[in-house]
Amino acid sequence: MASSQLLGALRTIGKTNHLSKLGWPNLYYSRAFSVSSSQSKYLTYRVEDGVAVITFDTPNSKVNTLSFENSEEFKQILEKFKNDNTAKAGVLISGKPDCFIAGADINMLQACKTTEDVEKVSTESKDMLMDVEKSSKPIVAAIMGQCLGGGLEVAMSCHYRIAVKDKKTTLALPEVMLGILPGAGGTQRLQKLVSLPNALDMMLTGKNIRPDKAKKMGLVNQTIEPLGPGVDEPKVNTRNYLEQVAIQTAKGLANGSIKVAPRKKSMVDKVTERLVSYDFGRNYVLKQARDKIMKLTFGNYPAPLKILEVIDESLKHGYDQGYKAETKKFGELGTTKESNALMGLFHGQTHCKKNRFGTPPPLKKIGVLGAGLMGAGIAQVTMDKGYSTILKDVSEAGVARGLNQIESNFNQKVKRKRMTSFERDQLLGQLDTSLDYSSFKDADMVIEAVFEDLGIKHKVIKEVEAVVPERCVFATNTSALPIEQIAKGSSRPEKVIGMHYFSPVDKMQLLEIITHKGTSKETTSAAVELGLKQGKTVITVGDGPGFYTTRILSFMMAELLRLFQEGVRPKQVDKLSKKFGWPVGAATLVDEVGIDVASHIGRFMKDEFGDRYTDADVSFMDDMVDGGNLGRKSGKGVYLYQKGSKDKPENPAAIEIMEKTKIEPKMELTDENIQWRLASRFINEAVLCLQEGILASPIDGDVGAVFGLGFPPFFGGPFRYLDNHGAKQLVERMERFQAVYGDAFKPCDLLYDHAKDSSKRFRSD
Amino acid sequence: MMAHDLQRLALQGLAKKTGISKDIVDYIVCGTVIQEVKTSNIAREAALGAGFSEFTPSHTVTQACISSNQAISTCIGLLASGQASITIAGGVEFMSDVPIRHSRYMRSLMFDLNRKKSTGDKLGIAMKMLSGKALTPELPAVAEFSTNEVMGHSADRLCAAFGVTRKEQDEFALRSHTLARKAIDNGYLTDVLSFKIPGKEKVIKEDNGVRPSSMEQMAKLKPAFIKPHGTITAANSSFLTDGASACLIMTEAKAKELGLKPKAYLRDFLYVSQDPKDQLLLSPAYATPRLLEKVGLNLGDIDVFEYHEAFAGQILSNLKALDSDHFAKKYMKRSAKPGAPPLEKFNLWGGSLSLGHPFGATGVRLATTAANRLIKEDGKFALIAACAAGGQGHAMLVERYP
Repeated sequence: MASSQLLGALRTIGKTNHLSKLGWPNLYYSRAFSVSSSQSKYLTYRVEDGVAVITFDTPNSKVNTLSFENSEEFKQILEKFKNDNTAKAGVLISGKPDCFIAGADINMLQACKTTEDVEKVSTESKDMLMDVEKSSKPIVAAIMGQCLGGGLEVAMSCHYRIAVKDKKTTLALPEVMLGILPGAGGTQRLQKLVSLPNALDMMLTGKNIRPDKAKKMGLVNQTIEPLGPGVDEPKVNTRNYLEQVAIQTAKGLANGSIKVAPRKKSMVDKVTERLVSYDFGRNYVLKQARDKIMKLTFGNYPAPLKILEVIDESLKHGYDQGYKAETKKFGELGTTKESNALMGLFHGQTHCKKNRFGTPPPLKKIGVLGAGLMGAGIAQVTMDKGYSTILKDVSEAGVARGLNQIESNFNQKVKRKRMTSFERDQLLGQLDTSLDYSSFKDADMVIEAVFEDLGIKHKVIKEVEAVVPERCVFATNTSALPIEQIAKGSSRPEKVIGMHYFSPVDKMQLLEIITHKGTSKETTSAAVELGLKQGKTVITVGDGPGFYTTRILSFMMAELLRLFQEGVRPKQVDKLSKKFGWPVGAATLVDEVGIDVASHIGRFMKDEFGDRYTDADVSFMDDMVDGGNLGRKSGKGVYLYQKGSKDKPENPAAIEIMEKTKIEPKMELTDENIQWRLASRFINEAVLCLQEGILASPIDGDVGAVFGLGFPPFFGGPFRYLDNHGAKQLVERMERFQAVYGDAFKPCDLLYDHAKDSSKRFRSD
Repeated sequence: MMAHDLQRLALQGLAKKTGISKDIVDYIVCGTVIQEVKTSNIAREAALGAGFSEFTPSHTVTQACISSNQAISTCIGLLASGQASITIAGGVEFMSDVPIRHSRYMRSLMFDLNRKKSTGDKLGIAMKMLSGKALTPELPAVAEFSTNEVMGHSADRLCAAFGVTRKEQDEFALRSHTLARKAIDNGYLTDVLSFKIPGKEKVIKEDNGVRPSSMEQMAKLKPAFIKPHGTITAANSSFLTDGASACLIMTEAKAKELGLKPKAYLRDFLYVSQDPKDQLLLSPAYATPRLLEKVGLNLGDIDVFEYHEAFAGQILSNLKALDSDHFAKKYMKRSAKPGAPPLEKFNLWGGSLSLGHPFGATGVRLATTAANRLIKEDGKFALIAACAAGGQGHAMLVERYP
C-alpha cells in the first residue's frame, strides 16, 4: 500500500513532460528576467490602518525586476518597517496591475565573471529575504500579474500570499530554462510550502502555475477575484481591492484573528514525506527524477541535475545546508556555457518580440486562403487575437476540415480551463468561413497557405488582387519558394511578403518573415505586427532559396539521406541526434515534415546549390514517394505509424529502398562522426546565410535555429555555439569531412574568419 | 399545490378587486423564470383555472427577474397595436418546488430502456441506473450560463469595484426591512392578497420575510459568496420566495367605457443590456438616464422611485455608478454623471430585500407599488427599474391618473 502510494507520487513527477520544453517546440521564456536601468525610486512606504504598505513600482517600466539598486532600497524600507511602531504588519504589493515582480535582472548575472561573483548575487538576495522571513511582524505578499523567479522567491519569503485569479497572474520558477536555479532561497522555501513532487515539478520544468492551482498546492494562502469597472478601471479597481484585502489580512495575522493554515496534505503527500525521511526512500525518489531528466536531456543540461543535488542536500541535512548548497550550485551554474547560451536565447527572444520596422497602419481584417493544417492553424492564432478573420477554401469539405481542427484545439483549451466554453462559442461565431472572395473586399492582409506550386500561387494572387483594396498586404506562407518569384505574379509586388509558419501553428513559437527586394517597409512592419500579435517570436530574413530555416535544415537533411544510404538506420540516427541535443530525432523530423515535401524541396535545393547541396542519388526520395511512404501523414515514412500506438517500428519498405541505393561509407561511422556530419552542415549553412545577407544578424539566426528547428537550446543557437565553443574546432572537423566527401563540407569564408581569429564574436550580448 | 395555483389566485384576486368580468379580458400574459415542466405555458393553465374565459388566449414570457415587466410591456404592445383592449399581466415563481431533473446520463438510459426488448437487456440498463453518475440529479442552473458565475458572486465583485462597504449594505438592508415593516403596519400595501394554502386551514396574510434586525446582528453574518473577505451576506441580499402577481392594463378609452378609474398611466419603458460578467446587475444605472431622456424629464421631476433590490450592494453600486463621472463617461458614453435618485423618494415601502423576490412576479409588484405610492404620496411621476440575469434590465415611467 505504502509503496504504491509512493509510486503514485512519482508518477506525478514523471507525468510532467515539461522537461521537453527545454527543447523543441515550446522553449518558453516568460519575462522571468529582464533588463532595467533607472535611477529613480522604486519603492514607496505608507501606513494604513496600522499596516505598512510597501509598493514596488519601477518608474518608466512595464515590469518590476530585482536589481542591486532596488535591493538596497528594499533593505532600507525593511529597516524602516522594523522600527516603525505604528505598523503592526506589512503588505508588499506592486504598483503595476500586470506585474508583481517579473524576476531578477538578468544583467546582474551576466556581469559576473567568476563563480564567486555569482555566489555573491545569491548570498546578498538570500540575506535580504531571510530578513523578510524573520520579521517579527507578519508581511503579506499581494500578488497580481507575473510573479516569476526572484519575484516568487520574494513572495515565498513573506508570511502570507494572496493572488488575484486573473489571466495575467502566474507564478513560476523558470530559472531552469536559463540554465540556473532559484538562488535566493527559493529551492528551500518552495519545499516548505508545497509537496516534494510539486516542488520538483516547478523547479525542473519552470512551468507556470495559475492562482487557483497555486492555492491548491499551498503556494498561496488565498485568492481573490478580479473586479470589473466601477469607480475606476477594472485593473486599478482590482489592484486596490487586492491591497485592501491584503491590509485586512495583515491586520488579522498581526492580531491573531487570522492564522496561517498549514497545507492540507493528501495521503500521498504524507507517505512521500515519510519515505523521503529515510535514505532509501529519498534515494529512490531522487533517482527516479534523475533518470527522467537523463532520459529527456541526456545530461546536456546541468541545471536540473544541480537542482536535484540541492534538494538532496536539504532532505539529508536540513534547510540550513540546503541554503548553502543552493548558493554553491547557483554559483557553479551561473558561469556555465549552457546558462550563457540559454540567457543568450532569452535575449534573442526579447529581441524578436519587437517590431523594428515601425508602426503599421491598423490591421483589422485578415483573410486566410486554404483551410489545410497550416491555413486553419494560422486562422486560429489570428481569430483569438481580436482580428476579424476569414478562412477560405475551395471546397465545403476543406472548410469543414479546417473548422474541425480549430474547434478541437479550442475544446482542448476549454478542457484545460484556458478558455470557457462560452468564450469558445463567441470566438467560433466570429470566424467567417467562405468559399469565395466576397468577404475579402475590405481585408487588410491576406495570408495564403495553398499548395506549394508557383503557378497556383500566381493564380491565387490574381484572384485576391481582383477583390482586395490597394492597401492589402499579400503574405505567402511558403517554406521554400523565393518570394521574388511569387511577387512576379502580383501587380503590387511591394505588398508581397513571405510569412513562413511552422507546424503545428498554434504550438510553434517561430515565425520567419521573408522580404524580397521590392517589399516595402510598411508591408514588413504589418507582417511583423500581425506575427507578434499572434504570439510569435518573429525573425525577418532576406529572400533566397529556402530562406534561412528551410535552407539550413535541408542541408542537414541532405546529409541524413547520405547516412541512410551508407547504412545508418532511422532509429540509430534518432538516438544519436537526441543525444546530441535535438529535441526531435532527425529521422522522425523527416517524417513529420513529410517525405514528399522534403523531396520537393530537396530537388529544388539541388537545382539551386548543385553538388554543394548533395552529390548523392536523389532517386531515394522519389522511390519513397512513389511507394506512398509520405511520412507520418500517410502512416508510413521511414517509420511505420499505427493508430493508438506510440511505438513506431522502422518501415521495411523504406529500409529496402535504402538498401537498394546503398553506397559505401567513405569514413568510419562513429557516433560522433554521424552527429557532426549532420550538425556541421547545419551550422556552416547558417553562417553562410549571414555571410550572404539572408540573415540580418546572428541573433535572428540563433532564434530561428532553436525555436523553429530545435537546434540544441543549450548551445544557444549556431552562432552562440561558435562563440562559446570556438569556430576553429568546427572548421577542423569539417575539413576532415571535406577531404573525404568534398564540397558539401566546405567551411564558408565567414566561418574561416572566425576560426582564424578566436577573439571574433558573432553575438555581442 | 403547484406554481400555477399561485398565479391562478393572483388572477382571481385581481378580477375580484377590480370588479371586471372575467369574460371580457382579451389577452393574458404572465412571466415566470423557473418553469414547472407540466405547465410550460403557465399563463394559460392559471387563466383557465382562475375561471377566465376559455376564449381568452394567454401566453408566458420569461426574462429572468424582469419577466413580469416583460409581461406588462408585452400587454402594452398588444394594446398599442390594437390586438387587444383589455389585458392582464402577471407573474409567478414557486421556489418551494423547483423542477429537479434526472441527470443527462439517466435520461439517456431511460430512453434506452424503452427500446430494449429482452428482460436481460432491461436489467442491464436498470443496473446502470443505480450508479451514482445516473442517480445524481440536476438542479436548475443558478449560475449565469455565459460566465458560470452566480449572481451573488458577481454582485460582491461589483460592490468591491464601486467601493460599497459591508456597513453601507447592512444599513440599506435594514432600511428596506424597517420601511417594509412600517408600510405593512400602516396598511399601505393594499395590493397584497391573503392566501389560503390548498388543503390546509392556514391563511397567509403577509410576507414572512420582513424582519427588521439590528446592525449588530447583521454584522455577525459571514459572507455568503466570496469568502472570507466578501461583503454580501444573507441579510443584505434579497431572499427567494414564492409569489404571484397580476395587474389589469387597458386602453384609457376602454376604462372610460367600462366606468373604471385607473390608478396610473404606463407612459413609456425600455430595456437595456450590457456585459453579463462585470456589469451583470448595473442595468438600472444604464436604464434610468436613458428613459428620462426618452420621455423628456429630469431626475427632479420624478416623485417616486421603485427599484428592484436584488442585493443591497447592487442598489448602492447602481447609485454610485449614476453618481460617477468616470463611469458615466467611460461606460455609459455620457458627457457627465446623470445623478442618483434621492433616497427620500426611493423604495419607501420596502423592496425585494425585505418583501422577497419571487423572480417572475416582482415586476408587477414594482409597477403597482409605484402607482399606489404616487397616489399615497401625491406625486405625479414614478420611475421603476430592475436588473436581471444575463446583464439585462428594464425601466418604466408611470404617471398618476389624475
